[in-house]
Amino acid sequence: MAESALPPATIGTLLPDELEAPPLSLSQLAWRRFRRHKMAMFGAAMLFILFLYSFGGAFLVSESFANFTNTPLRLTPPSLEHPFGTDTVGRDLLARTIYGGQISLIIGLTAVLIELFAGIIIGALAGYYGGIIDSILMRITEAMLNIPEIFLLLVMAKFFGGRISNIQFLGRTFSGSVVVIVVIIGLTSWMYLARIVRAEFLSIKENEFILAARATGTRNLEIIFRHILPNSIAPIVVAGTLGVANAILAEAYISFLGLGVQPPTATWGNMLDGANNYLESAPWLWFFPGLLILLTVLSINFLGDGLRDALDPRSRTV
Amino acid sequence: MTRYIVRRLLQAVPLLFVISIVVFLLMMNMGDPIATMGGRSATRPADRLRLKKQLGLDKPLYVQYLYWLVGNDWAKVDMDDDGIAETPGRRKGVLRGDFGTSLVNRGKPVLKLIGERLPNTLILMLAAEAVIILGSLLVGIYSALRQYSTLDHLMTGILFVGYSMPIFFVALLSMYLFAVLFKRWGLPYLPTVGMFDPKVGKTASQVLLHMVLPVLSISLISFAAYSRYIRSTMLEVLSQDYIRTAKSKGLPRREIVFIHALKNASLPIVTVIGLDLPLLLGGAVVTERIFAWPGMGRLFLDHVSRADLPVVMGIIMLIAVAVVVFQIITDVTYAWLDPRIRYD
Repeated sequence: MAESALPPATIGTLLPDELEAPPLSLSQLAWRRFRRHKMAMFGAAMLFILFLYSFGGAFLVSESFANFTNTPLRLTPPSLEHPFGTDTVGRDLLARTIYGGQISLIIGLTAVLIELFAGIIIGALAGYYGGIIDSILMRITEAMLNIPEIFLLLVMAKFFGGRISNIQFLGRTFSGSVVVIVVIIGLTSWMYLARIVRAEFLSIKENEFILAARATGTRNLEIIFRHILPNSIAPIVVAGTLGVANAILAEAYISFLGLGVQPPTATWGNMLDGANNYLESAPWLWFFPGLLILLTVLSINFLGDGLRDALDPRSRTV
Repeated sequence: MTRYIVRRLLQAVPLLFVISIVVFLLMMNMGDPIATMGGRSATRPADRLRLKKQLGLDKPLYVQYLYWLVGNDWAKVDMDDDGIAETPGRRKGVLRGDFGTSLVNRGKPVLKLIGERLPNTLILMLAAEAVIILGSLLVGIYSALRQYSTLDHLMTGILFVGYSMPIFFVALLSMYLFAVLFKRWGLPYLPTVGMFDPKVGKTASQVLLHMVLPVLSISLISFAAYSRYIRSTMLEVLSQDYIRTAKSKGLPRREIVFIHALKNASLPIVTVIGLDLPLLLGGAVVTERIFAWPGMGRLFLDHVSRADLPVVMGIIMLIAVAVVVFQIITDVTYAWLDPRIRYD
């Protein structure tokens, strides 16, 4: 605003320095690029709506209503009273997609926290120390990558399944299987992230400022977490964002196969369990949860794509 | 090159060991295999104990793993509870090609079980892979040649949706459209589940008909990644000097694209295919479940839920070996296709 207030005649009298706008910081640049990315903005808006739907919707319908079985009303098609219809035991599907959405989104976000923790620690140690630590950690990573994720998930879901009793949290009861699913998704998805972090560490640790830090006697842990990690944050943010989408999909897959979160706790995935038996007679049973999963994953992927472009320091477009 | 292959194979050995130990440990505590042995489950405690001994389930964990790995025909088992081991074991161990017998389908060798299901998975997956490669080549090349055209944007959008789709949603939607709705509208419709109509029998045309929907679902999911990849490598190659040379020589456009550019652009794709193929072996567990396709994925699902350790271990080790072998094959093919790459 200040520049436009200047009368045009005075521009010629300004020093060259004062003519230039202050340089944009890296985050300002990234935000500019992100805003230009239509798909990413669409994804962000869509995600906001989905969060509003599942967390705001909770103020409109109670959880006991979502878990209320009313067998005489089983498999009623969508109507005014039940906009998404009812399931095989007469529970209202709209209410269940709201509460299921909460669990699915929470699982996606928390599983990624575990993934980030494991991936960053393993990748950082392997990349920074190299040598024998690197070979051992990378062999383990390769071993994990050699088994398709869904197989590992199924074996682990069976291994940990049914051991944790229901938990009380914020006055609500959650099936203990939620925790199991979060942990196993986190534990089976850190490998790509670990590789990314390792590669970043390998290149960054060769820089002079790391040499300087070492020369001044900075401790290894401090170099790792205060000097190298902040410099490799961009690819980690992107991988983490896309990881949320993968975690939501993974939860949907194992819940769909009946080994995931156990009812009555709803998730978008376990609402689909057995729905293929009602393919013809009750399509609403699988359509709405499936659509919500698709929308969520799609928006997160758009968002991740936008972040990748925005955070890339080599990208010159502003 | 031979030295390189041998070195890679030797490196794979500890990897496979790690995998086998991890999965073996996970498979413990899966529940009581004896309780899931099907119709002839043993009810008397004495019988259960005897079965447990017969299967070697009473031994400590490391002994069980050892027996699984190298067999127990060199050891004797105490079967009549008198403290003296007298019955010689009969297992040969994985290292000698004996994957043991299934606990659920009592006495059926694991390799035979897998062998029955493997071809079913293979035809499904190879057909899907062929559709994916052909389709994504077409889409990828088109998008690269007409970058930022309306159709390019449209296809990018569709592919993004396909990439984000959970496979069961694609499967259910396509089943609903092509089977349920087409039937309702009186159009020719496709079968949804199984591999053939039991009334007609397992003929080639029946299997082909039942394959359409699963192949469609699997392809749509992987399609996106492949064609994006081809699009970007194609764009990269098309901007290189030798393509400009070819253009200025006046070569026909078709020849430039399909012979000069595609050859180099397809190199990285070989890697993707090579890494994906063995994973297809495991099949899409979910796809096979929805379409009731009798493949490896369903075999795994059925047996993991009943704690059938030998079968589960067999399937996972088979896939792990396939991944390792295909990685080596991919690297070798890559070096053969691209003389700039050397391994020593």
